[in-house]
Amino acid sequence: MFLGQALGLSAVLFSLGVAGVLLRRNAIVLFMCIELMLNAVNLSFVALAQLHGASGYVMVFFVMTVAAAEAAVGLAIIIGIFRHKQSVDLGNINLLRG
Amino acid sequence: MADWIWLAVALPLVGFLVNGGLSLRRPQAKNLVSAVGVGVLIGSFVVSAAAFLELWAHPPHQPIIVNLWRWLPVGTLQIDMGFQVDQLSGVMLLIVTGVGSLIHGFSIGYMKEYPGYARYFAYLNLFVAFMLVLVLGSSFPVMFIGWEGVGLFSYLLIGFWFSDKVNADAGKKAFIVNRIGDFGFLIAMFLLWQSLGTLSFTGMVAKAPAVLPAGGALVTAITLFLFLGCTGKSAQIPLYTWLPDAMAGPTPVSALIHAATMVTAGVYLVIRTNVLFALAPFSSTVVAGIGALTALFAATIGLRQYDIKKVLAYSTVSQLGYMFLGVGTGAYASGLFHLATHAFFKALLFLGAGSVIHGMHHAYHSTHSHADAQDMRNMGGLKQYMPLTFWLMLIATLAIAGIPPFSGFFSKDEILAAAFARGQTIPIYLLFYAMGVVAALLTAFYMARLMTMTFLGSNRTGEREREHLHEAPWSMTGPLVVLGILSAIGGLLNLPPFLGGGAALEHWIEPVTAPAAAFFRLEMPHGNTELFLVGAAVLIGVVGLVAGWKATLGRPIVPAAEAREDTGLARLLYRKYYVDEIYDALIIRPLVWLSRFVLWKGVDQGVVDGAAVNGTAKLSRGLGWLGSRLQTGQVGMYVVLFLVGALWILHSVVR
Repeated sequence: MFLGQALGLSAVLFSLGVAGVLLRRNAIVLFMCIELMLNAVNLSFVALAQLHGASGYVMVFFVMTVAAAEAAVGLAIIIGIFRHKQSVDLGNINLLRG
Repeated sequence: MADWIWLAVALPLVGFLVNGGLSLRRPQAKNLVSAVGVGVLIGSFVVSAAAFLELWAHPPHQPIIVNLWRWLPVGTLQIDMGFQVDQLSGVMLLIVTGVGSLIHGFSIGYMKEYPGYARYFAYLNLFVAFMLVLVLGSSFPVMFIGWEGVGLFSYLLIGFWFSDKVNADAGKKAFIVNRIGDFGFLIAMFLLWQSLGTLSFTGMVAKAPAVLPAGGALVTAITLFLFLGCTGKSAQIPLYTWLPDAMAGPTPVSALIHAATMVTAGVYLVIRTNVLFALAPFSSTVVAGIGALTALFAATIGLRQYDIKKVLAYSTVSQLGYMFLGVGTGAYASGLFHLATHAFFKALLFLGAGSVIHGMHHAYHSTHSHADAQDMRNMGGLKQYMPLTFWLMLIATLAIAGIPPFSGFFSKDEILAAAFARGQTIPIYLLFYAMGVVAALLTAFYMARLMTMTFLGSNRTGEREREHLHEAPWSMTGPLVVLGILSAIGGLLNLPPFLGGGAALEHWIEPVTAPAAAFFRLEMPHGNTELFLVGAAVLIGVVGLVAGWKATLGRPIVPAAEAREDTGLARLLYRKYYVDEIYDALIIRPLVWLSRFVLWKGVDQGVVDGAAVNGTAKLSRGLGWLGSRLQTGQVGMYVVLFLVGALWILHSVVR
């Protein structure tokens, strides 16, 4: 079944994203992994839209919009951090420690 | 006219507002202040007199109740802001507004040179308004408004010259001691409400005999708590100590508040609630006993005071004791009679003392001397300089000593006769009678001593000061003359039958005292017994006066600055039996210790501040520190937690 394969791929991509977020410490890579997770979810939306109608497609547009906005804000923050710390290694960034 | 009785209260209230405004904006407008301050009182007196004349023309059997508005509509507790016009409140109205007007008039001359003139009249006006609420109130709570209001203005006027700490302290003392009495008044009100379900005086008269068993514990408790209130307001043992200190206020205030009106509120309260006291013979005996004891005790202190106002203050405490002896005996009319005559002659004595102090103050002021203008050792021979004051004060002295035909003779004699009569059935009253007789002897003695030290003998004011001594202006002596006439003929109010009188006052207030007479009938002595009692009273008065005069003239008196301290019994009396010191050691110091070391350092700083306030803060800070351990600042950590949380939610939803 195409649906099964698509959902399987989505799960694999999502898990890769999660693993990346958990394991990597470079902020840019982390960011890319988040994008990977978002798009894994998009893939499952598109696949499930085959069964449940067009609302899945609409959702994908929303996710893409949010992802774009998030990328803009997130990259700006990373640039700001880099200017401040000369590094994008998350291990060095603990300003919010209690 | 009785419907317009609220005007009698409203006029002084308006006077207070006007004078209060003037004291803030135009303190120099003294003529306007005098006109308003005295004018409203005279207006109030006219309204009261008109209401009284209406009562006189048609004496009602039931009190006339004038309800202004509903004050406290709470469930079954429905209290009207109501005034009760009857025979008793009518008499009180006339005394308060009449004597009040005279003293207001006297104040114009006495207070003219002091700063705060407008403030003084504002206080005095509102005092009268509250006093009228007290005597007119148709229920306990309305009366309590006046009761508290006069207490407040007593405090404000005792501490009128508050920049002197002694005066401010005297005001505080009066206020705090009265709180103890007010506590009793409140408890009595609560008990009455619980047992009778009404707080109006008419309701009380109607229900009390049926609901409260005579001599029962409940009515005894109610009356004893009421009497506790009376001991505070009317300066009886054990709460009398504030009144002598209250002499720190201006002398007209002492005359109005601390002699003629406010301090008699307790006597008025007992007469007003006579049905309760008649139902509780034990309480009545306590009232009479405390009264007799106070009369005797205060009179002994008065023997050795040097401050002219202090003598009069202890004399007031003593005479109030007589009134309580009267009402405790069941002779309510006699108590009221003595209240009225005392208002006349004691106001006269205080205002006369004010006139003397005024003259002395001027004399010392003109030479910048700092000698005490109130110390009788600095006076002497003032008769030559102030003849009018002397003759008027002599009338008052004869009245208070019980010399016929002056007013005090009739009222004091009636009280003593009543105590004697009650002693025929309840023997302990004979003891009270004996105490009253001894107190009468002492009264005559200390009054003769006061008059002799002040007006007779050689002058001790000082060589340079002597020429500045002078009689007070007419605005001050005028009210004295009126009070002198009243003190002389006040006995006509209730002239006893054996002198051809009709005991007018006694019959007049019979509708008010009738409920009590049903349980607590008093048979006054007649015939030879009565004449014997009268003869004994007069003899005692004369003996006391002559002894006081001889004893004081016989010994040389030196001015206060050169005087040596008294020793022995005289010192004990001068120091007022050290009662203030005893109270200080037994009550005030333990209380201060308890407040400072247990309540302040222990409870407040330790428990409230330490455990509760700072403890809560420390607890939240500790919890916050624990929570902050989670905030590592490491994004990876947050992601892990986030993931775990998401999976957990997913798990619980899918399951």
